[in-house]
Amino acid sequence: MKKIPSSLKNMILSLCLIGIFSAFIIGSVHQITEKPIAEAKNRAEADAIYKIIGMKADNNPFADKLKVKLKNSKSKLTVYPLKKDGLIKAFAIKSNSNKGFGGKLEILVGITIDGYILGYEVLKSQETPGLGSKVSEEKFKSQFVGLRPKEELKVKQDGGEIDAVTAATISSRAVTEAVQKAYDGYKKLSHRR
Amino acid sequence: MDKTSKENLTRGIIRENPTFVMLLGMCPTLGVTTSALNGLGMGLATMFVLALSNMAVSSFKNVIPDGVRIPAYIVIIASFVTVIEMLMAAYVPLLHRALGIYIPLIVVNCIILGRAEAFASKNSIGQSLLDGIGMGLGFTIALFLLGSIREILGSGSFLGYNFFDEGAETILMFIMPPGAFLVLGFLIVIFNRIKGAK
Amino acid sequence: MSYAMIFIAAIFVNNIVLSQFLGICPFLGVSKKISTSVGMGFAVMFVMTLSSIATYAIYHGLLLPYNLQYMITVVFILVIASLVQVVEIIMKKMTPSLYQALGIFLPLITTNCAVLGIAILSVQKELSLAETVCYNLANAMGFTLAIVLFAGLRERLSRTKIPQALQGTPIALITAGLLSMAFMGFSGVGN
Repeated sequence: MKKIPSSLKNMILSLCLIGIFSAFIIGSVHQITEKPIAEAKNRAEADAIYKIIGMKADNNPFADKLKVKLKNSKSKLTVYPLKKDGLIKAFAIKSNSNKGFGGKLEILVGITIDGYILGYEVLKSQETPGLGSKVSEEKFKSQFVGLRPKEELKVKQDGGEIDAVTAATISSRAVTEAVQKAYDGYKKLSHRR
Repeated sequence: MDKTSKENLTRGIIRENPTFVMLLGMCPTLGVTTSALNGLGMGLATMFVLALSNMAVSSFKNVIPDGVRIPAYIVIIASFVTVIEMLMAAYVPLLHRALGIYIPLIVVNCIILGRAEAFASKNSIGQSLLDGIGMGLGFTIALFLLGSIREILGSGSFLGYNFFDEGAETILMFIMPPGAFLVLGFLIVIFNRIKGAK
Repeated sequence: MSYAMIFIAAIFVNNIVLSQFLGICPFLGVSKKISTSVGMGFAVMFVMTLSSIATYAIYHGLLLPYNLQYMITVVFILVIASLVQVVEIIMKKMTPSLYQALGIFLPLITTNCAVLGIAILSVQKELSLAETVCYNLANAMGFTLAIVLFAGLRERLSRTKIPQALQGTPIALITAGLLSMAFMGFSGVGN
């Protein structure tokens, strides 16, 4: 078969053919992967929830999720309530801070119904590997466990109680801010009920 | 395997290595190689797109008029990139997140358009597939090598296995942006020396 | 995010070339002389600002309402490629002098991953239209700054004696590494 000449008709027809071919493969792969992609997204969060809270909930936290709006903030926080025997035992709150060293930082904070912080897991961060990323290590994380903060959480440099990771004050500050935001969200929820 | 097939398959690995010799596809090469695994993942994803788009371009070569060949190739490549992106998001979400923005950017990786134009548009489907795999392999090896060196020096680990205890001081510079440029620069020096010595 | 912060962050702190590794091909390819690198820089600025408006309109007008986000790669690369063609044709007709200066760089921009990369990043960061335009322009300015600085270094290097094995690309990459190290001094600015 010889190569067809570049007439206008040929060019349009051939681009249409390629378009149909491309639409066909993308469409069919999208059909197959749509569900696994959504599941994979939830799984990361589900794993984080289980790691922090350490209990298996009776309910599906993703189906029961709620949104909380904070004062002086545009966006809302997503909250996953965990129930046992029909009663809410704890919340997993997705919180964030824009003050990270590499921009936005997203964490999931676990808080019991009576206001004790269970811990947090980093979901998304662009902190410097090896320095800022140490906020995901146990040594820094464990400082928050068991707290029931009355005053605003702050790193020591800002007059608070939290020991910042050496050489990574900015990342530590961002995590602390995100935990505080989650706690504000919790307080608002517990007032509402 | 006959001689031409073998030649097409192995050409990309050393003699026309896309990274070390042709210097194509530099953005992902430098951007994702903070660890050996990321380099390997990016290399394999690119190889997948390269092999399939080479095959598709080769099978459509007679119905694509010269006037619109570049847009047609771009659509074909972009489709396969979207396919691999969806597959990765579904089945290897962690790698998908680590490679981030560089996955859609496989579209503008000059290696792929270059092979479509220079090889697949003139050769049979089978040979184009071999060429795609060979070039992809050369790219994968280069990225894996770069990623391994940067991971070993920068994080003190290899494929996630730590040599030191948590909290040890490593040469962080190598996993940060300057390290990418420096390691690649010295790798090309070594590669040139080996090639020159032959 | 304030607009001034967008500019400082994109030009110095997270420089598109030196810390995000986008647009490396033109950065290494067209940086042998300062004059050509300035031309490339301005061509990129021009195309990126226009493409930011076009891709924003298409994403929010077409892809989002019909739930077609997964088509983003295919659609954006086509929009950018056609935009570059249209700009080239219009420039040739309307402003031949500008075309003379920037024309040869335009076809190269289609395969410049900076344009596609920043277009996708602006969508991922959920920026508004004004922020998108600023973000694109700021990144293009960061690209121009990096490539012009780099070209200046390479002009000097061409007059020095360099060991044979390092000549050409290796020394260019090592120089880029040092430049990138210098830009790391900006990291954390604004926090």
